[in-house]
Amino acid sequence: MSKRRPYVRPMAGWWRKNPFFVEYMIHEGSALFVAAYGVVLLVGLVCLAQGEAAWNGWLAAMKHPLALLFHLAVLAMISYHSWSWFKIMPKTMPPLVIGGKRVAPAMITGAGLAATVVASLILLGLVWGMTR
Amino acid sequence: MARTITMEVLRYRPEQDAGPVFQTYEVPFTDDMSVLQGLLHIKDELDETLSFRWSCRMAICGSCGMMINGKPALSCKTFLRDLAPGPVRIEALNHFPIERDLVVVMEDFIDKLERIQPYIIPKEPRTLEQGEYLQTPAQLEKYEQFSSCINCLLCYAACPQYGLNPDFVGPGALALLHRYNADSRDGGAAQRMELVAAEEGVFNCTAVGYCSEVCPKHVDPANAVNQNKTTAAADYFLGFLKPKGSRT
Ligand code: SF4
Ligand code: FES
Repeated sequence: MSKRRPYVRPMAGWWRKNPFFVEYMIHEGSALFVAAYGVVLLVGLVCLAQGEAAWNGWLAAMKHPLALLFHLAVLAMISYHSWSWFKIMPKTMPPLVIGGKRVAPAMITGAGLAATVVASLILLGLVWGMTR
Repeated sequence: MARTITMEVLRYRPEQDAGPVFQTYEVPFTDDMSVLQGLLHIKDELDETLSFRWSCRMAICGSCGMMINGKPALSCKTFLRDLAPGPVRIEALNHFPIERDLVVVMEDFIDKLERIQPYIIPKEPRTLEQGEYLQTPAQLEKYEQFSSCINCLLCYAACPQYGLNPDFVGPGALALLHRYNADSRDGGAAQRMELVAAEEGVFNCTAVGYCSEVCPKHVDPANAVNQNKTTAAADYFLGFLKPKGSRT
């Protein structure tokens, strides 16, 4: 009879055992905040469609101190999400070759982050210009 | 007096242990000693019953992978001086069944390796008289990095998706699959893409990315897997545009 008795170790709590996995879970978790903000904007859109009273109600709700706090939390989480997303971006795409040379992963991450900042600033400028 | 370091080694002897248990050894070490040499010292001088795999002692055979302080690493490429004052925790590679002590059951990987057809399936069969297949440096570069894999399985021990679902073909085998698909001499991509797109293929990957961090040969398996997500998705959608029966 075979004495073989391979032992399979349990996976429970795997993500707590390595800092890399903890970071991964925070990244995945921060996506929920991105989704939550999408819902908030969607509600705003529905209110807009329902008429002036509903829209003003939504605007007032957005000015509540708790709503401002929520915005700050979401901003922090979305910033973290973009940062960690662009950090793994080089691993998810085919090699980028410019002028016969392979673009370094750090360059790709940097370019992604720069694009995020620029796009955010343009949007901020547009909204600022429209609401003044 | 030589310095010593405490090595806590996960033991599992199927004939006597119900489950794995740690056993502690005091190991004298010098600056040039790897973790593998520490284990060899244990086996030679302290406890001959300890089992582990090794061969080349120079990070090329891929047999000495284990968890060192919770991280997958080649024990011949990890030095005790960097882990001093210790203690150092040594366990069998994560996500594989333990056969005995630090030896894991790797049949599953061998089976996967066979399934990816890890050899060139010539695009254009040539006779000896026709001479060799030619390849430009640019064509070589497309797959060279993925050909450095030494089948050490560190990436599998780093992949929680493989741990949760052992059917997943996994980073190492998929990187090798990509190595052949990306080779200009190869014509087997269509056959291999079936596995890439299958239930057990690339879409199990959630881009954790730790496999590429631990790879001792900078293969970047996460990159191979994720490139193939795009390829598999493109194949799927372009498949609708092709006339029926034209798929190879
Ligand atoms: S891809 Fe890297 S970590 Fe994975 S088996 Fe090959 S050499 Fe080892
Ligand atoms: S002994 Fe060969 S890779 Fe470590």
